[in-house]
Amino acid sequence: MHHSLEIITLHKPQSLTQTKTETETMAKSPETEHPNKVFGWGARDKSGVLSPFHFSRRDNGENDVTVKILFCGVCHTDLHTIKNDWGYTYYPVVPGHEIVGIATKVGKNVTKFKEGDRVGVGVITGSCQSCESCDQDLENYCPQMSFTYNAIGSDGTKNYGGYSENIVVDQRFVLRFPENLPSDSGAPLLCAGITVYSPMKYYGMTEAGKHLGVAGLGGLGHVAVKIGKAFGLKVTVISSSSKKEEEAINHLGADSFLVTTDPQKMKAAIGTMDYIIDTISAVHALYPLLGLLKVNGKLIALGLPEKPLELPMFPLVLGRKMVGGSDVGGLKETQEMLDFCAKHNITADIELIKMDEINSAMERLAKSDVRYRFVIDVANSLSPP
Amino acid sequence: MGKVLEKEAFGLAAKDESGILSPFSFSRRETGEKDVRFKVLFCGICHTDLSMAKNEWGFTTYPLVPGHEIVGVVTEVGAKVTKFNVGDKVGVGYMAGSCRSCDSCSDGEENYCPKMVLTSGAKDFDDTMTHGGYSDHMVCAEDFIIRIPDNLPLDGAAPLLCAGVTVYSPMKYHGLDKPGMHIGVVGLGGLGHVAVKFAKAMGTKVTVISTSERKRDEAVNRLGADAFLVSRDPKQMEDAMGTMDGIIDTVSATHPLLPLLGLLKNKGKLVMVGAPAEPLELPVMPLIFGRKMVVGSMVGSIKETQEMVDLAGKHNVTADIELISADYVNTAMERLAKGDVKYRFVIDVANTMKPTP
Repeated sequence: MHHSLEIITLHKPQSLTQTKTETETMAKSPETEHPNKVFGWGARDKSGVLSPFHFSRRDNGENDVTVKILFCGVCHTDLHTIKNDWGYTYYPVVPGHEIVGIATKVGKNVTKFKEGDRVGVGVITGSCQSCESCDQDLENYCPQMSFTYNAIGSDGTKNYGGYSENIVVDQRFVLRFPENLPSDSGAPLLCAGITVYSPMKYYGMTEAGKHLGVAGLGGLGHVAVKIGKAFGLKVTVISSSSKKEEEAINHLGADSFLVTTDPQKMKAAIGTMDYIIDTISAVHALYPLLGLLKVNGKLIALGLPEKPLELPMFPLVLGRKMVGGSDVGGLKETQEMLDFCAKHNITADIELIKMDEINSAMERLAKSDVRYRFVIDVANSLSPP
Repeated sequence: MGKVLEKEAFGLAAKDESGILSPFSFSRRETGEKDVRFKVLFCGICHTDLSMAKNEWGFTTYPLVPGHEIVGVVTEVGAKVTKFNVGDKVGVGYMAGSCRSCDSCSDGEENYCPKMVLTSGAKDFDDTMTHGGYSDHMVCAEDFIIRIPDNLPLDGAAPLLCAGVTVYSPMKYHGLDKPGMHIGVVGLGGLGHVAVKFAKAMGTKVTVISTSERKRDEAVNRLGADAFLVSRDPKQMEDAMGTMDGIIDTVSATHPLLPLLGLLKNKGKLVMVGAPAEPLELPVMPLIFGRKMVVGSMVGSIKETQEMVDLAGKHNVTADIELISADYVNTAMERLAKGDVKYRFVIDVANTMKPTP
């Protein structure tokens, strides 16, 4: 626990360690700290059990858009956060950062959106808007960046996420949802989609004809397969069991499927991949994955295991290979990704659930028992008691 | 099946896992039409020589004549050799051959060819074992010979052929050679001290990162580093967080990566050129939150080696060496194991290597 806390305080944006501000705002209850009462579901302790939660949100400011939430995707990060797996959850927490809804109010400075527009809100709802990263449309790397939930926003109060009726967001952090993208199956793109799209572009993993390996076939992995195919790559899914093989090939469009527990097949695949997107969220061995890469190959680690991974040096050195990371994407790139997915008809494969089914969904998610993202039908199932 | 080796040679070889070197007579091939034959003047001692002599990596074939930081004077060239003449000052590094037909070879990256032939202790394409530069002379394919600039002292130039290209190659490949960038160098040994010199020659700002204060004066006043950071001092490390574009990590022992990743700016690159035998712990969060990467690199291609040596000639970059006689080699190896050298031993082969009695 301490180890991960150390990592977090070294590398997370400041907003999460502003305990002084946290203490000040704790004097007011979540229900009274802002003028507008809101209803959602939140977790109060590390059991991670979610239940009805009353809180409040600010008035719609001149730069803000108020979004009535229609759907919200369930990301594995939501699960890690409600259970305090990473050691920095500030309870009570309302998760949810794959939000699609309708703009119901726009502030007087808002130019990009009008009432009635279908919009999305993703992982980030605040940044300093004046540093080098922000100037380059890389709000995700701004040191003052704040997450949609479990973070201190720019007004010094805690952010609550999309498992709720509505959300108020600065226009810079609101996305236009393309017409032909369905709200429910498009919602997971706001985190899963950008999380794989951004590194594929940044690390140059989009050359048609090259060979991409996707390790792990969950929320991130299945979207990576679809986006990889849209870039014209040959895609191999790498998985620890053959359970998902038929799905991967016939339904998701992967070109081949590699089971890591089959030594012969793994041996035959050595040195065949230009890139690997590693979406596995549990601690796992990098050595066999690095072996699959060609010389100069790149492995991008996107899963966030609680503990460090073991990195063997010889494969890295002998093949000039690389292990890199990436953290969602900036807002401009997220919009680009949404438009790209709309153009190629890429959506997530989802299981639509009601709000009160969230706890059993979380239990199933912990066992990877979902094809491939739960999405909460917020508008139709979130009702105050 | 094996080629008949016609020419007598002598040198020093390790004969078993004790790693102790002793006089050894052997043969080398005749000068083929594309070969260059040269008298060895100097040969640097690389840590790899020590690891191979003691079979630390499990693939040593004895008897082993180490040595892959070799400089000398050409004595004979084959009929089809175009780039070198008798009397030229030349060198050979870590590689003596490659398949010449795979993707890596076609891309000019012989060092990553799966059939790459090591200068010392490897099976050559003619089925004979290669013997390295702890010997009186070498014969090598023209394509793997490096020309040494006239103005470079040969003894100080020898270590560049491995240590030099090992740090130069990733600095170039990963774009860490731009003036004004801030480069960290972890470990101040054979690789580390040369990394400082090249980084300065490229116009970057250099901070040496070390586990103790001991080498601060050396690093800053003699090698020209701009700053010195003690990795065991939390305050110094915290002040330096997020300040470096790249870090060249030359440490061959197991060590923590988390603090080094913290020193990198966003998009920063941690280049691993020391190769610890055990896997290192890789915390993934710093990579993800800062879009950082960890990359490996191994020596460099022939083209890069030539480029590196030419840059060294232009900026008068040589290794800091301790010149030793051939009969001091075993003591040198013991001292090297303890890191007791500033910063490379170089064997004065021509003057002190004697034929086997």
